[in-house]
Amino acid sequence: MKRFGMIGRRLSQAIPSIIGIIIVTFLLTRALPGDPAVYFAGPAADEQSIAEVRAALGLDRSLPEQFWLYLGDLTRGDLGVSISTGRPVIEELATRLPASLELTLVALIFAIGTALPLGVLAATRPNTWVDHLCRVVVTAGVSLPVFFTGLFLVYIFYYIVDLAPSPLGRLDIYFIAPDHVTGFYLIDSLIAGDLETFTASLAQIILPAITMGLFVLAPLARMTRASMLQALGSDYIRTAQASGLARSKVLFAYAFRNALLPILTTLGMVFSFMLGANVLVEKVFAWPGIGSYAVNALIVSDFAAVQGFVLSMAILFVLINLAIDVLYTVVDPRIGIEG
Amino acid sequence: MAVLDPVGTEKESALAAWWRHFRYVVSENPVTLLAFCLFGTFIVLALFGPWIVPFDPLASDTANALQAPSWKHWFGTDNLGRDVFSRVVVATRLDFMIAFSAVALSFVIGSMLGCLSGYYGGWTDRIVGRSIDTIMAFPLFVLAMGIVAALGNTVENIVYATAIINLPFYTRVARAEVNIRRHAGFVDAAKLAGNADARLLAFHVYPNILPPMMVQVSLNLGWAILNAAGLSFIGLGVRPPSPEWGIMVAEGATFIVSGHWWLALFPGGALMLAVFCFNLLGDGLRDLIDPQRRT
Amino acid sequence: MTAMPEIPLLAIKDLTVEFKTRGGVVEALHEVGFEVYKREMVGVVGESGSGKSVTAYTVMGILDRAGRATGGSANFGGFEMIGARERDLHELRGREASMIFQSPRTALNPIRKVGAQIEDVLLQHTGVHRRDAKQEAIELLAQVRILRPEQRYHAYPYELSGGMCQRVMIAIALACEPALLIADEPTTGLDVTTQKATMDIVRDLTSARNMAAILITHDLGLAARYCQRIVVMKQGRVVESAPTEVLFRNPLHPYTKKLIKATPRPDSRLEDLSDVAAEAGMAVVTKPSVAEADNPGRAPLLEVRGLVKEYPLHEAAERRKMIDRILRPNLTPPPSTFRAVDEIDFTVAAGESIGLVGESGCGKSTTSSMVTRLLDPTAGTILFDGEDISAIPARKFARHPLRAAIQMVFQDPTESLNPRFSAFDAIAEPLRRLGAPMDRAVMADTIAELAEMVGLPNELLTRFPHQLSGGQKARVGIARAIALRPKLLILDEPTSALDVSVQAVVLLLLDRLRRELGMTYIFVSHDLNVVRLLCDRVIVMNEGRIVETGNASELLSNPKVDYTRTLVESIPHFGQTPKAPQLKVVKV
Repeated sequence: MKRFGMIGRRLSQAIPSIIGIIIVTFLLTRALPGDPAVYFAGPAADEQSIAEVRAALGLDRSLPEQFWLYLGDLTRGDLGVSISTGRPVIEELATRLPASLELTLVALIFAIGTALPLGVLAATRPNTWVDHLCRVVVTAGVSLPVFFTGLFLVYIFYYIVDLAPSPLGRLDIYFIAPDHVTGFYLIDSLIAGDLETFTASLAQIILPAITMGLFVLAPLARMTRASMLQALGSDYIRTAQASGLARSKVLFAYAFRNALLPILTTLGMVFSFMLGANVLVEKVFAWPGIGSYAVNALIVSDFAAVQGFVLSMAILFVLINLAIDVLYTVVDPRIGIEG
Repeated sequence: MAVLDPVGTEKESALAAWWRHFRYVVSENPVTLLAFCLFGTFIVLALFGPWIVPFDPLASDTANALQAPSWKHWFGTDNLGRDVFSRVVVATRLDFMIAFSAVALSFVIGSMLGCLSGYYGGWTDRIVGRSIDTIMAFPLFVLAMGIVAALGNTVENIVYATAIINLPFYTRVARAEVNIRRHAGFVDAAKLAGNADARLLAFHVYPNILPPMMVQVSLNLGWAILNAAGLSFIGLGVRPPSPEWGIMVAEGATFIVSGHWWLALFPGGALMLAVFCFNLLGDGLRDLIDPQRRT
Repeated sequence: MTAMPEIPLLAIKDLTVEFKTRGGVVEALHEVGFEVYKREMVGVVGESGSGKSVTAYTVMGILDRAGRATGGSANFGGFEMIGARERDLHELRGREASMIFQSPRTALNPIRKVGAQIEDVLLQHTGVHRRDAKQEAIELLAQVRILRPEQRYHAYPYELSGGMCQRVMIAIALACEPALLIADEPTTGLDVTTQKATMDIVRDLTSARNMAAILITHDLGLAARYCQRIVVMKQGRVVESAPTEVLFRNPLHPYTKKLIKATPRPDSRLEDLSDVAAEAGMAVVTKPSVAEADNPGRAPLLEVRGLVKEYPLHEAAERRKMIDRILRPNLTPPPSTFRAVDEIDFTVAAGESIGLVGESGCGKSTTSSMVTRLLDPTAGTILFDGEDISAIPARKFARHPLRAAIQMVFQDPTESLNPRFSAFDAIAEPLRRLGAPMDRAVMADTIAELAEMVGLPNELLTRFPHQLSGGQKARVGIARAIALRPKLLILDEPTSALDVSVQAVVLLLLDRLRRELGMTYIFVSHDLNVVRLLCDRVIVMNEGRIVETGNASELLSNPKVDYTRTLVESIPHFGQTPKAPQLKVVKV
């Protein structure tokens, strides 16, 4: 019961953030250079038809009025129409979002699966090769630009070793995308029982996922190591040792569980980086996700598309943070006493 | 810091004491020495780059385009025949300038805001907190993209965008550190000694939160460079033909699949080295400033 | 005396331990040896750095990685602990020998229910079934006298008080019925009444189970009350070891004598401490006392009337109460504020030295903060020298002309010194901000004079806090506080963080300074014995109210109010009639 109250409270705390996001997004996109009315009216348009188009788009009204109209559209789920493709923005986002999410999730699984064990091992065996490996990985990882890593993974594994497929998107042109259930090719192809498509999608997603995963690996491993070290040095570990508890119990039920708390906090920050890194990785690997959608939109000042992109990313981020907060309360029963 | 005036012992100027402490810190941890040397090299390149490079970074020579690294062109030439080595060296200045300006801006403003909101609490804290939360509600790189796209592709705007997205880190660290020390005995003692709030924050509290912030600063410097390079990579950063590491990697990206690796490797490597250097520097800086590490 | 079995349960002999530090190898223990028999509690007493904890950690095999036993033996029931395999030691820990630590709340896993933590030990060492473990855990909680153990089983450490957490630790330690219990400063930081309750439990449970126990403490009085034998340690060596009465009746080693003299007792006097001070090499420069100090005047320097400090209860609790009020209107609403100080009145005459005594949470620190004007009262007046200083908000008081007249000495010397200021700068700060302007030479002379007054050697003035010892830091704090020659000096537990011998020196210093400079003292403390040495009058507080006031010695020997009586009786010291059967009356 207490937990639902806490979730409710967190949600209500998120509302001012969402309001802030909507306002900032609106202002940013209105500040984009270029005049959409000219674009829509077409190359042969004269002054009058441009003015008509402008009125139809509502661009001749004052800024607060435009904002009000914008809010109204939002509540109806209308994110406008993209200039470059002519399709409703919300449809385009719906097709592109799963691509990015699939990539992000695979990358995250890889990163967590590597970083957590590495960090724990480094903390429990200080000054051994594992510890040094961890430190090197961490320092190199945070220094490498994500697009650089991607490019060089392509160079090595595609150009030189010829193991990886060409970095041209989610699926080689010989294959057809599986029937849409979740939008995740990996899951959908398994549902359809199509193993060939599954392997092909897997082959395509490995390099970009590793690129993004490496980027995120470093802060996660660093935080895991630091957090475990701190937990292991705590008084309650000394008590557990003095009570003769088994080493595995001390490590997991006592130390690791306590160490999870700062790691979860880092996870929130890591997601922020990931959503940003999405943009870069998608460009390198020609991945048809919302990142590349946004880059193209920005260059042509497609303001409805940009608006939709920023808004959806931000809201996604708020929801992710909320989920992490809830996870936090599961791990730490002390949360909630201060509200 | 007050000049020490001990009674009856030999005087040591503040500078000499600082130099001795610097030598101690560096000798303690050789990695710090490496970091400082690397940093020094970069600074020299940034300051004197344009004068010491063998070729004009902007001079194109299409006849010699896409040549692999050789004795003449250490890093090879790019698709327009420009010497990659010269371009990489000269780019140091631009990238460093962007990083330093952005971090300086966000450090000063962020730490001040964090200090005030941590000390006073109440409405100050709430307003600052909400603003920071709004910034942090965006995936930060995406926000930088949006700001630069909205305001235009100039170097100033890149600096402002990077400064804005870095602000939350400083504010949060400063606020947390001030909160820890707000009720410490020495703060009360300073009040008893007649320090009004402003003096108290400036001379008693702030110097104590500097060490943890120093690590943050150097990590941020690395991150700011990566940010600027990332923006350039997707076309929202510095405009060609200005030599900048990110643009160079972007331009070189198209040639990787055809096997011309040197266009992207060297600027990318320089990027990595710079960020790496900043990360190592962080610990050394903190040791320098933290009085508890003094001999 | 109970007959002791011939073979000791634990026999430590010639134990030597080294630590690898940055500055080289440091010897922490040098040929330490003593024995512990069944059915007795041995007290290991020493000041900081004596090596008492290191001995325990070495025996249990949980020494820090940097430490190593380089010689000697520790024979536990026929098994040699030093150099044994980790696997075998692991078996013993918790099952045959267990340990409880200081700071009970941090010593328990904060995110695990206390019942589960007790069960962990049971499941590890005994063959008990999971279903029965819960019942056993609840029984153990009842044995350590925790009320409603079935409910407390589900509690987390943050929901329990410090004393209760310590009892949980005792339950964990005794769960598998070990033969030996080592208690490392188990009551440091706890209130005096909680301390007594906790130690009584330890004593009762260990004697009921015929266990051997080691009590590690810096408090000689505590050891005297509960232990049959005492081992005195200094700087890694055992200096003396004897049955309790023998030790106090006839101490042999000079260090033991010094410790006994330095520990305040109901009948000790300030002069008793001067031997200790002389040994510490403190310059006894006597200046003539100011007249006021010996004959406190009639005119009150400080008048406190109807002082109140309220804190609003937390927002979440507020909301819950609001909802309760709507859903259950017939219930009397609980108070929405917490009164830390609940209408107190007292007066302090110029030249007087009064003590403000009480346990944690009684409001004494809040009161002293308000008098010093670091905190604003909710209601009431504070008159200083006739002027109403409570009317001036705390924020503005820093620049008020009266600021220099009221100063404070803080409890934790480490925390109260700015880590970035040298000792010189720390002492100079009040002079620079509030004193008359002086040039560098005059400033240097003034600081030198202050340093001399507090017995701080000149060379230490350039050092930073982390380079000074506890006693030296305390002196810097005192020098800083008297720099402006305040009329009223508030001392907030100034010696509670110090070793007992250092405390003796500082108390003498404080007394001397008061006389020489004609200051008025308010001495805040939880330790009645210490207060009695320095103060003429004592005010006892409990739960925000003043419970009793009176002359210090009279109050201690003949308390009128029940609460004061409980407080006095809880203070452990040698020379009192013990309740435990093993101890005899000791006349020192």
